[in-house]
Amino acid sequence: MQNDAVLTMRGIYKYFPGTIALNNVDFTLRKGEIHALMGENGAGKSTLIKVLTGVYEKDGGSIWVEGGDKEARIHSPQDAQNIGISTVYQEITLCPNLTVAENMFIGRTNGEVVHWKEYEKRATELLDNLGIPARARQELSRCSLAVQQMVAIARAVDMQCKVLILDEPTSSLDEKEVEMLFKLMRDLKARGVGIIFVTHFLEQVYEVCDRITVLRNGELVGEYAIQDLPQVELVAKMMGKDLNDLANMEQVGQKSLGADEVVYEANALSSSESRPFDFCIHRGEVNGFTGLLGSGRSESVRAIFGADRVTGGKVRVKGKDVKITNPREAMKNGIGYLPEDRKRDGIIADLSVRENIILALQVMKGFFHPMSKAQMRQFADEYINALQIKTASQDTPIKSLSGGNQQKVILARWLLTHPDYLILDEPTRGIDVGTKLEIQKLVLKLAEENMSVTFISSEIEEMLRTCSRLIVMRDRKIVGELTGDQLTQGYVMKTIAGGDR
Amino acid sequence: MLQRKKLRAGLGQLLIPLIALGILILFNLIRDPGFFSIGVAVNNSGNRVLTGNPISIIDSASELAIISMGMTLVTAACGGQDISVGAVGAIAGSVFVKVLQGTGSISVGTVILSILACCLATILFKLFNGTLVAVFKIQPMIATLILYSCGRSIAYWINGDATPQLNSPIISSLGMTIPGIPVPTPIFAVLLVGLLLAVVFRFTNISLYTQSVGINQGAARLNGINPTIIKLLSFALLGVCVSVASVIGVCRLGQLNHKTLLVDIEMDAILAVAIGGNNLGGGKFKLSGSILGAYIIQMLTTTLYAMNVSPVNVKAYKAIVIIIIVIAGSPVVKEKLTSLWKKSRIGGSNAVIRKGVG
Repeated sequence: MQNDAVLTMRGIYKYFPGTIALNNVDFTLRKGEIHALMGENGAGKSTLIKVLTGVYEKDGGSIWVEGGDKEARIHSPQDAQNIGISTVYQEITLCPNLTVAENMFIGRTNGEVVHWKEYEKRATELLDNLGIPARARQELSRCSLAVQQMVAIARAVDMQCKVLILDEPTSSLDEKEVEMLFKLMRDLKARGVGIIFVTHFLEQVYEVCDRITVLRNGELVGEYAIQDLPQVELVAKMMGKDLNDLANMEQVGQKSLGADEVVYEANALSSSESRPFDFCIHRGEVNGFTGLLGSGRSESVRAIFGADRVTGGKVRVKGKDVKITNPREAMKNGIGYLPEDRKRDGIIADLSVRENIILALQVMKGFFHPMSKAQMRQFADEYINALQIKTASQDTPIKSLSGGNQQKVILARWLLTHPDYLILDEPTRGIDVGTKLEIQKLVLKLAEENMSVTFISSEIEEMLRTCSRLIVMRDRKIVGELTGDQLTQGYVMKTIAGGDR
Repeated sequence: MLQRKKLRAGLGQLLIPLIALGILILFNLIRDPGFFSIGVAVNNSGNRVLTGNPISIIDSASELAIISMGMTLVTAACGGQDISVGAVGAIAGSVFVKVLQGTGSISVGTVILSILACCLATILFKLFNGTLVAVFKIQPMIATLILYSCGRSIAYWINGDATPQLNSPIISSLGMTIPGIPVPTPIFAVLLVGLLLAVVFRFTNISLYTQSVGINQGAARLNGINPTIIKLLSFALLGVCVSVASVIGVCRLGQLNHKTLLVDIEMDAILAVAIGGNNLGGGKFKLSGSILGAYIIQMLTTTLYAMNVSPVNVKAYKAIVIIIIVIAGSPVVKEKLTSLWKKSRIGGSNAVIRKGVG
């Protein structure tokens, strides 16, 4: 055990039915360092964090925290907090309709009489001290997501935390906000807090971290100083693959321009959430909608699928006028839609992997034509194999799969319906590099097989790699349509930002 | 091995209710070895019928078992319960009697006609509930509170304050036994409704759709399922169940009393759903669990009466036992038990490995 270690985990085991989630994992966090915990989906990152924060009980191994001469006993999140382990999750877990100060001190008053004036003063000091741009009496929901996250961090810091866990804190922040967060992280580091940083963004790891621990399939791959592990090697370690495969990453396949035949065409289509827009896609074409969060890209594809209330416009599918006002009609016209928010709109959490896979096809077959059990099993098996979905069995509830595998199940659901036109909204969000690559390859393969695909992603490189046409949106309007030579990162950025000014 | 695993997974939800039932049976056997004896007797109308506690338990649980099935569907689809089944049952009974009396004579034909009319009326009332829940997004308990409070008044308007008598061998055949068949007819009614639902489940996707809507309505919609229709459908099926139960209730007594017909059955039905291990928040469900729950509740009641517990105290004792069953089936206890079970298993397999090494 090093002397400067603030947290030491040794030989951690965690079993789940049918799998070993953590197999003899060691992890050491030093004082005043930012330590990246890396691994693909299902590698065991979340499980390790949950063991550390008392959400799960470990099945073996020991945990020491600086200051304690005995092994730390962590049986509940409360225990973890008491010994100085704080977590800030991806989803904000504060109360949006309370003030910033209230959020920072709620639940910590131990039944004493609350002097809010005093707390507000303390909160103001702390906010100033940490350089967080928020006022104590401001309602939390009126702060940006980044500031809300920083308030959560400030709360943790004020609780004298020694170990701060940041689980995917940057996934819904824009670049400026990420910079703000990083500054705060560096400040805390200087104060001696040990920070565990979990993220899927490799560049960010190299920007702020000192050290990296890599997990794969529930086992420890190794611990590295950041300068000793170039980015490509990190990816290779996470995937357990050769570097050769990564070389192909730049060129995942041939981009497809598609045939002349127009599969889907919309004129002045609008919904309760989107402004009127024109759009068309050709057979075998991969195109994409891009723009900042809130630019209307998701709302537009939702209008295509009839997910929101359609308010106007003309739609032609394969040259025929059709009406698409709800998802069912869209499906009947050969359109599939993988929603942006997998948890909220995609998975049916308690149902099995099999039921989640066959759901859309079953609905298309109709209420009075249930598939036989044998047929369902066969379809499920087929797609579990084809997409290499990691699951204990097809009877496993989808909620117990890792994020990436859940996404593959939803993808399987739509592939099974053999759509002519598939809309994928952020299919790679919150997914590890390996699966991302697989999904990109799959998209190009599908296009080769004459499927038309709309691919939306926050990562422009990913879209440049797959799409032959990019529709750029800003303020809920289409502001550009880029093809050919225009498809460079710089040009796309410029269009998104509004290059005309 | 695989089959055993499957069997265990299937049993999972039913484990606690089955154990509860087993303990109840065991308790009764110890208390009174003759408790479960079945005999043959001749009833008032001169028919040979089976008698004994088991028959009486299964017979008197019929209305509850039938309504619990419908309640399970509504619970699964809407994530809430219908507390108006008793009151709407009184309306159903009133409609049945009113139509039957309106036809002038009691024959097989007119009884069937009356049952159909009663069924139709009940479905309409349930669709009213369903519309409030599915279209206006009112919480099920509030949406059904309306009919819960005014249902028996409506029943009164239909038939007046009278308690009309129905004297006919057809009615007693429906409520008690058919001449020549020693088993009480209500038991067949449970089988009939169970069979009907089994057929509906087999030839439609109602189970998959209902669970999807109950678990994640938004995602279900994006997969082309119409949650409104599924919720309405669950209420309509509950309506069928309620009408059958109310017809049994009326025929059993040979008279209609709108104040007592199916009184308090809504709470027992909700309880049966819960004892059966179904999530009252909606989603996954098992009809068999609820049916089992209904028989457990009835068995408990009969046991208590057999022990000469006064009717005033029965409810209190019932509550105690039910608390135990519900706690035993709660997620917290279940999780603890599974982790204990797993620990003993892991310990066991380690021991085997060590043995192998040694």
